[in-house]
Amino acid sequence: MPIVIVDGKDVEIDGQERLNGIQAAARAGVEIPHYCWHPGLSVVASCRMCLVETGKKDAQSGKVTMMPKLVPACQTPATEGTVFVTDSAAVKNARAMVEEDLLLRHPVDCPICDKAGECSLQDYHFQHGREERRADIKPFHSRRRSLGDTVTLFVDRCVVCTRCVRFCREIAGTRELMVANRGAHEEIDVFPGFPLSNKLSGNVVDLCPVGALGDKDFLYRQRVWFMQSHDHVCAGCSTGCSIQVDENQDRIYRLKPRENLAVNQYWMCDDGRYGWKHVHDPRRLAQPLRRTRGRAEIADWTALPQELDQRLRSVGKLTMVLSPFLTVEEAFLAVKYARSVDLQARIIQGAVPEGTGDERFSSGFTIRSEKCPNRRGVAQIIRGICGEVQTWSDFLAAEPAAAGAIWIAGGYKTDWVDARQAEFLRTFPLLIVQDLFPNPLTECADYCLPAASFAEREGSYVNYNDRLQSFSWAIRPPAGVKTEARLFWQLLQREGMYRAESVRRELAEEFAYFSALSADLPADGIDLKSNRIAQQAADGTAVMGAIS
Amino acid sequence: MTRFEPVLLANIEKPDSHTLKVYEAGGGYAALRKVLASMSPHDVRELVKASGLRGRGGAGFPTGLKWTFLPKDHPGPIYFCLNADESEPGTFNNRYLMEFDPHQVLEGLIISCFATRASTAYFYMRYEYPTAWQRVQQAVDECYGAGLLGKNILGSGYSLDIYLHRGAAAYICGEETGLIESIEGKRAWPRIKPPFPAVEGLFRKPTVVNNVETAACVAQILARGVDWFKSIGVPADPQNPRDAGSYGPKLYCLSGHINRPGCYEAPLGITVNALINEYGGGIRGGRKAKAAIPGGISMGLLTAGEFDCPLDFNGPGRYGCLGLGTAAVVVMDETVSMVDFLHNSCQFFAHESCGQCTPCREGTAWSLRLMERIKAGKGRWKDLDLLLEIGDNIGIIPGTTICGLADGAAWPLKNAIRKFRPELEEYIKRTNPQGYAETRAVPALQLLGIH
Repeated sequence: MPIVIVDGKDVEIDGQERLNGIQAAARAGVEIPHYCWHPGLSVVASCRMCLVETGKKDAQSGKVTMMPKLVPACQTPATEGTVFVTDSAAVKNARAMVEEDLLLRHPVDCPICDKAGECSLQDYHFQHGREERRADIKPFHSRRRSLGDTVTLFVDRCVVCTRCVRFCREIAGTRELMVANRGAHEEIDVFPGFPLSNKLSGNVVDLCPVGALGDKDFLYRQRVWFMQSHDHVCAGCSTGCSIQVDENQDRIYRLKPRENLAVNQYWMCDDGRYGWKHVHDPRRLAQPLRRTRGRAEIADWTALPQELDQRLRSVGKLTMVLSPFLTVEEAFLAVKYARSVDLQARIIQGAVPEGTGDERFSSGFTIRSEKCPNRRGVAQIIRGICGEVQTWSDFLAAEPAAAGAIWIAGGYKTDWVDARQAEFLRTFPLLIVQDLFPNPLTECADYCLPAASFAEREGSYVNYNDRLQSFSWAIRPPAGVKTEARLFWQLLQREGMYRAESVRRELAEEFAYFSALSADLPADGIDLKSNRIAQQAADGTAVMGAIS
Repeated sequence: MTRFEPVLLANIEKPDSHTLKVYEAGGGYAALRKVLASMSPHDVRELVKASGLRGRGGAGFPTGLKWTFLPKDHPGPIYFCLNADESEPGTFNNRYLMEFDPHQVLEGLIISCFATRASTAYFYMRYEYPTAWQRVQQAVDECYGAGLLGKNILGSGYSLDIYLHRGAAAYICGEETGLIESIEGKRAWPRIKPPFPAVEGLFRKPTVVNNVETAACVAQILARGVDWFKSIGVPADPQNPRDAGSYGPKLYCLSGHINRPGCYEAPLGITVNALINEYGGGIRGGRKAKAAIPGGISMGLLTAGEFDCPLDFNGPGRYGCLGLGTAAVVVMDETVSMVDFLHNSCQFFAHESCGQCTPCREGTAWSLRLMERIKAGKGRWKDLDLLLEIGDNIGIIPGTTICGLADGAAWPLKNAIRKFRPELEEYIKRTNPQGYAETRAVPALQLLGIH
């Protein structure tokens, strides 16, 4: 294993990793400041903030030969015997010089800048800048212009790191952004008539190390230091991007992508990024309703679970419809409960919202057509218990006899059921519906229960590629809403509070597919594909089909 | 002392010197015929290497050595770029060659392409040379007509196409990787190295970038031989194994306050004094010289007392300058104010900085702002220290930038302030008697604008 020496400390790295100086130093616990370098983008080495001294240690003699000048760490590969010095006087002076340079024309309007608090320019200035401003020249104005529907540019805050330009070229492949003019007159811009309008545009705001690019959706809504970040998984499509939910007092202000090299690298799409508005929609169902002879009344959660249980047991026969928005744990608890009521309970895979096809970008990042996060996870639960999966459309097409009770766990943010379907479903003697928004079905259900949104759930999603990622809740549900997990937990008369982790242990024992859940899960999730292939091989399905 | 008999400029006085007929009448393209008939690319490379020819574009890198950096047995294509983006202030030797003897350049270019096994060459010419552009295009057309370019040149089996590419008037396009980016249709932002162009250059293929005068020298080396070339100039210092010597004739561009400005051919190593007196006819109006730029503005400044500096690849460096550069000597007489010189220099580099690297983008603009203020009579002595600090901290020598433009911006600052500090201090004190010694921050002037 190659040894790299950072500030005199030996760091062992994997020879296959191809790390640069910034990454190698991070292994040694040394942060090298940088603006233009980003692990997901090409190296341009132009901001010059990561300048370090470097050299080579001779393996035999142990003698270190240093290069006579500074080099950018981002462009210097870390190999056996590479020496990095990040704390010498020359390095400190170079960093101070770059900071001073970047602040020459910067408006220093931190008090009204969205980035303040998470700004590299701010942080690095405190760590590496000079105490005194020697540039007694007039600061520039603070100009602002729109780049597109999602992003606004604060021209004079820019440090021309070109991350946003490279993102549009290398990841989105749409090339809207460019650098206009030359020298100190340089500005990020779009070509007239061709605004920034790709579905990954929000990422350029995350990429911007300073406050130059502002997200119009988030602009001036919240100071970053008031928000808490919670690791979560996007529920917008079956890609299942790792995200972080930034909230303050149970109100979401923005979603940001979280690094997950196995799923979304560093990015997320705008559909997902701005796809949380329904969580705080005033039209959302927020009270459980009981409907008797057409008259709806607000039910009381204290007694409701017991009442539901009694009604279901008195009907005896049960059909359970599981939405692909449920977590694996919730689906499992729901099935458990259904089977405790009716040993023959029919379990149906709920409606799967479909878009108009996958949207693929030049880097390979894909927005899936399947607009729900957990079809595979729910299907695996149903398959594990019922042997095969009956889908919602199969169920409706079969025109089953409307006998017994039907419980439809929804949680959809879009229209998913029409009046005709509702007309059929209301013929069941007992209709229980959980959903986020009023629809023809909730209008006629015997019991209409408010569902939780993705940010309120705790559990795991399995994405299109059999990767399971777990998360805990980011915000508490609004008053009057009980998450599905808690309701089923209660109906199963389990002790204490719902805990996703303990349910995962059960899953690992009961389902071969989920066997890996017996151990703690890494932050980027685990790949269950081999389990599925093994399972399908056991079922006699062609393995090649499973891989494709 | 007898005047050096011009070789590179031998044709320029002839009528219609830019035509194929006149060039061939003077023995032109004989070297190319010889090369194609009897030499292998390897032979040519070895010959040029043995001649000790160093690139005439500014950096003085040995040409033959540069060619050997190309990967061996590369399946191709290998590209050749001829750098005719001659933008260094004070420099016009390429222009002479292209306007008055384009075929000499083309002959050298074809031989160079043959030696490097390139089958496509891009002739990158700066926008501001319309006559040269017309004449080179005409010369290229003549060559195609005479079978000197195109498929199967002179029946040798070697094929070469030359594309004349006109730049869009940016100084940075003369930097070799900036030039490559520009040909590819991008912003001329110099690339980070490695990979060097010889490994991965134009269109990500191995590429050689040579200067126009270098190509002309290659033609002459092939025509007259290595011994002739090595008999001219300054031999390598035997005490210094890293010295590649300064062989051959050089085109010196002499301008400024002298009686006969122009482009003169002389052996490498001629002193500034000799150049001014023997070729330039002395300082204009009988005045005294004050300073001279040794090789384009980015090389720095020589004081009048340093005019014994030999203009070879090592000479100016010994006098605190950056190097020989393009060998464009600009002479300033005693009427020139160093404040004006420095302001002009700062304005040029702030205007031409490509804006990629922070230290250069901001450093050049900052130094211009400081010079504007000094020039306007609001300067302070401490500004000189700041200018010096900027100068010492930008460029590839301290390692803070990708390309050498910033070094070029730094050297006039460093040289002018270190060599002419009393004059600059005197100017500041005279024009700003109240505030010259002020050390507190004072409000700045509105910049008049760089563009």
